[in-house]
Amino acid sequence: MKRILKKELPLHLMILPGFIFLLLFSYLPMAGVVIAFQKFIPAKGLFGDQQWIGLDNFVYLMKLPSFWNILWNTVYIAVMKILCGLIVPIVVAILLNEVRGSKLKRSIQTAIYLPHFLSWVVLGGIFIDILSPTDGLVNRALQAFGVEPIFFLGDNNWFPFTMIFTETWKEFGYGTIVYLAAITGIDPSLYEAAQIDGANRWKQTLHVTLPGMRMVIVLLMVLSLGNLLNAGFDQIFNMYSPPVYESGDIIDTFVYRIGLLDAQFGVATAVGLFKSLVSMTFISVSYFFAYRFADYRIF
Amino acid sequence: MVRPKKIDWFTIFNTCFLVFAALICLVPLIHIAAVSFSSNAAAATGKVALWPLDFSINSYRFVVKRVAFWQSMLVSIKRIAIGGTLNLLLTILVAYPLSKEKSDFRFRSFYAWAFFITMMFSGGLIPWYMVIKQLNLLDTIWALVLPGAVPVFSVILLLNFFREVPKELAEAAFIDGASHWTTLWRIYVPVSTPALATILLFSLVNHWNSWFDGLILMNKPENYPLQSYIQTIVVQRSFDNLTRAEIDQLISISDKTLRSAQIFLGALPIVCVYPFLQKYFVKGIVLGGVKG
Repeated sequence: MKRILKKELPLHLMILPGFIFLLLFSYLPMAGVVIAFQKFIPAKGLFGDQQWIGLDNFVYLMKLPSFWNILWNTVYIAVMKILCGLIVPIVVAILLNEVRGSKLKRSIQTAIYLPHFLSWVVLGGIFIDILSPTDGLVNRALQAFGVEPIFFLGDNNWFPFTMIFTETWKEFGYGTIVYLAAITGIDPSLYEAAQIDGANRWKQTLHVTLPGMRMVIVLLMVLSLGNLLNAGFDQIFNMYSPPVYESGDIIDTFVYRIGLLDAQFGVATAVGLFKSLVSMTFISVSYFFAYRFADYRIF
Repeated sequence: MVRPKKIDWFTIFNTCFLVFAALICLVPLIHIAAVSFSSNAAAATGKVALWPLDFSINSYRFVVKRVAFWQSMLVSIKRIAIGGTLNLLLTILVAYPLSKEKSDFRFRSFYAWAFFITMMFSGGLIPWYMVIKQLNLLDTIWALVLPGAVPVFSVILLLNFFREVPKELAEAAFIDGASHWTTLWRIYVPVSTPALATILLFSLVNHWNSWFDGLILMNKPENYPLQSYIQTIVVQRSFDNLTRAEIDQLISISDKTLRSAQIFLGALPIVCVYPFLQKYFVKGIVLGGVKG
C-alpha cells in the first residue's frame, strides 16, 4: 500500500494544480446552481444566508411568455446551423477533392479556413457594416440587380436566416478539413475498381466517396446533438438589437440580460440550469451512441 | 486516384465555384481593410468596395494616438503571455498522469471523469460569475486567465498523443532510475512538440479572441483586453429609441473608417500568423474535429 502510494504520489502532485483550478472554476460554479432555488441577494454572497424559495424561479420562468419564444428561437437557429454545418462541408469537401492542381487546392483551403479563427467581435463588426441597409456591400450588390434594400440585422423575417448563413460561412471551412481528411483516407484501389466497372465521377462519389465518409459523417452528426441549445451566443450577442429580440433572442443572451443587466440572479441561474441539464442529457446520449456505433472513445 | 487528365465542363464549373466560395470567405475582410484605408469622406459615401478610395492612413494615425487602444492591447498581450504559458503547462501536467494505464495510476479513472464531466455540465454564467467575484478576481488579469487555466479539450488531445509514445522509451528511462517528472520533460515533451505547438497555438488564438469574459469581469474599461474594447466601440451602439432612418444615418455618418481600422487591427495578428502556421491550425482541426 505504502509502496503504491509512493510510486503514484508524483502523478497526484502533477495533476494537483490543474485539479485545484477545476474545483475552483468548474465544480464550485456547479454547486452554485443552488442560486436557482433561492431568492438570491448578491450582497449576501454565494452559499450565503439566502432565502430558499423552491421552484418559484422555474415557475416564474414557465409563465413568462417570452421564455417559450426564446426556447423556440434557440432550437430553431441551433438545428438549422447544425444541418447547414453538416451538409455544406460535406459537399465542399467532395468538390474540393476533385480539384486537380494541388496549389489551387491549397489556396482555396487556406481561404475557407480563415474565418474560423476570427472572433465574432471582429466578424460582427464587419457584418454590421457590409449588411447595412443603406450602404452595405451586400445591399449595394442587390441594388444592382434591382432588389429593394434588405435590413438583414433589423428585420425579424431575415435575422435568423442571417445568423444561420453567417455561422455557416464562418465554420464550413473547419468542417471541410475533417471530411477532406476522411476522403484522403479512402483506399485508392476502390476508385480504380469503380473505374474499371465503368463508374463515372458521380457514381464514384455516390458509391465510393460517400460510403468512405460514412463513419465520420455519422460521428459528427451524433456529436452535434450536444449543441441543440447552443444557438451561438458570441455571434448573436454581437449582431442583435432590441427590434429583433422577437426572432433572435436565445437562451444565452436572455440569461445575460436578465442575470447580469437586470440582476435577477435566481431566474437567470434557473434558465442556465435548465439549459445545462437538457444539454447534458443530449451529450450523454450522443456519446453513448457514438461509443456504441462508431466505437468512439473520448479518452 | 488514377483518372484520365482531361479538362471537362465539370472541372471548369467546379473550380469556378470553389474559387468563388474562397473569395466569399475573404471579401468581408478585404472590404473592411479597404474602408479603413479610405478617406473619411470616401467611406461616408458608401462607395468603397474592395479597394481603398482616396487612400489615407488617417484612421490608423488616430487609432495609435488612442490611449484606450494601447491600454487594451497591453492587457491582451499580458493575457496571452500568462494565459498561454499557464494553459500549456497545466495541459502537460494533467495529460501525463491521465495517459497512464489504470495499473500504473489507480486514480486515473477518477481524475479522467472529473475532468470530462466539466465538458458536459456547467453551472452556467451566473454562478461562474459569482465565484470569480467572490474570489476577488474582478478587474485583475487573473480573472481572464485562471478560470480557463485547464483547457480540458487540449488535455484530451495531448493525453491521446502521449499514449502513442512507445512504452519502451519510458520503461528504459525508469530502469535507468528516472522519475516521472524527468520522464515527462525529457522524453514525452520533446517527442510531442508538434502536438504541443498546436495546443499552444489554439490557446493563444483563443486568448486573443476572447471578449465576453473581459466585458463582464472587468468593471473598468482600462482593464479590457483588445477584443472587449473593440466590442464596446464597434458593436455596442445602442439601437434603442431610434427609428430606422436614424439608425441608417448613424451607421453611415459615424466614424466608419476609424471603426474599420480597429476591427481590422483586431483581426490582423491572426491574418498575419495564419498562413505560416497553417499546418498546425489544420492539424488541430483534424484532431479536434473527430475527438469531440
